[in-house]
Amino acid sequence: MTWEPAVTCTAVSKTFYEKDETLAYLPEYRGLAGRWRYARLRPRAVRAVDGVSFEVRRGEIYGVLGPNGSGKSTLIRLLSTLLEPDAGEMSVFGLDVVRDRLAVRQLINRVSVEAAFFKKLSALENLRYAARLYGLAPREGTEKALDILERLGLERRKAFVSVENLSRGMQQKVAVARALFTSPVLLLLDEPTTGLDPRSKREVQDFVLEVRAFHDTTVLLTSHDMAEADRLCDRVAFIDEGRLRAEGRPSELKERYGPNGAGTLEDVFLEVTGRRWPGEEDED
Amino acid sequence: MDAPRRRSLRTELGALLGFVERNFYLTRRYLGWEVVFLFYTVVNTLTIAFIGVTTPGEAGPKVLYLVIGALLWGYLSVIFHDVSESVAWERWEGTIEYTFMAPIHRLTHLGGMCVYAIAYGITRSIIVLTVVAFFFKLSLSGANLPGALAVLLVSSIAFIGLGLMAAVLPLLSTERGPQATHIMEGFILLVSGVYYEVEVLPSWLRPISVLSPATYTLRGVRAAILEGAAMRDLVGYLVILAVMGLGLIPLGLAVFRMGERHAMKAGKLKRHG
Repeated sequence: MTWEPAVTCTAVSKTFYEKDETLAYLPEYRGLAGRWRYARLRPRAVRAVDGVSFEVRRGEIYGVLGPNGSGKSTLIRLLSTLLEPDAGEMSVFGLDVVRDRLAVRQLINRVSVEAAFFKKLSALENLRYAARLYGLAPREGTEKALDILERLGLERRKAFVSVENLSRGMQQKVAVARALFTSPVLLLLDEPTTGLDPRSKREVQDFVLEVRAFHDTTVLLTSHDMAEADRLCDRVAFIDEGRLRAEGRPSELKERYGPNGAGTLEDVFLEVTGRRWPGEEDED
Repeated sequence: MDAPRRRSLRTELGALLGFVERNFYLTRRYLGWEVVFLFYTVVNTLTIAFIGVTTPGEAGPKVLYLVIGALLWGYLSVIFHDVSESVAWERWEGTIEYTFMAPIHRLTHLGGMCVYAIAYGITRSIIVLTVVAFFFKLSLSGANLPGALAVLLVSSIAFIGLGLMAAVLPLLSTERGPQATHIMEGFILLVSGVYYEVEVLPSWLRPISVLSPATYTLRGVRAAILEGAAMRDLVGYLVILAVMGLGLIPLGLAVFRMGERHAMKAGKLKRHG
């Protein structure tokens, strides 16, 4: 494995401003009609990512772990060029995610927790669309995707069915195939196995390992499944309330933070955040 | 790590075709809705045309005058809607993040939406015109149909520009943005002389009609169909519409880019619901 940086994230922060509807019921807003009450609310700042720095090496699987609302998805969306950081710098293979947005987009692909498809279209029609966006000939892209789907255990005939008629697990497999048939150099996996049954989860995980072994792909994975992270990741970072709490190889972290130098990654989480696991907050 | 390959014009055209193909698939999947929508448009056009029958004087030209208004408004609305709702629709489907992080120029994305909207709008208009012409036994023998088509196509450019500006609204406000586009559309309907001459508008509203591309489109198409105006007589309308289009497209694109940048900063480029 080489040590060329694939992703560099330096002191990155992102704050969102949102209105908290529950505050509209405070006495100071009493007497105002609901709509006006909401309109007069001042947005509150929510710091989703707070001065986070880390580096992902080329060819490794790097896990970003944390509870719901910890800032994992915001980090992925920043790297996906869907968000701009308020402060700090992020680069993918030396390309700045803000200045070189289009070039970065050519290197990445993403699987999000919710499979984003045109639900009325078949998997194949969605894949043809994706192939065209990523500069592949539709036939070439379709064949590649069908091959991946078969290896993920999805029957060929299912590719011709509307996505809305596929199970959640099948949809997620199509999403994985869609992300991989473009041969991304950086694959962003945002909780890719959430909601999958154990067999599907295992098939997706095996495929991620296979991709890393046989292709020049770096993987950044977010998860709150500690067992999955332990199985897949070369290194992990724990993030909580937007801040990076600990980083290292799973074995190192277990040794450093686990009870009596052993334990699981879940023990590490409890130790580094001092919080109950799993968190009860909303997804960010 | 090698630098990413520069995307060629061919790749961008392939992506543009991807949007056209995707929208065609969607139309096919929602065919039931399309049939209902088409039926409603035909009935609505017939209803409007009957107003021409009930007014004194020769019915034919008046019916045709109103039919042209209804048809053109239907066509321009389709273009305006398809372009302006491209963001709202992707947000509703949950595909907005996937589309916006694709390695394509925004012009390619929006261009693909526009090309499909024009093809879809023209197809619908031809179907409606055929049914209405058959129903009222309208004669188009003296009409300059190629001239009317030329005006229609050139006006589409200006409407795409307006659509791009409207498309930014759902980017800025996830809930109210899509509704706000209807205000813009309604205002164009009011001032452009769709079913009446703009001269009947109150004096304070009349100057605004000069700014609407729909005003010139309607005049040009009516001149071509009702009076059989030759192409040289339509040049004036074509030039005005082309100038409007050439100004509105870059302006619309610039406004859209500003909106996209704002959405990236504010975190609004995401699925809704």
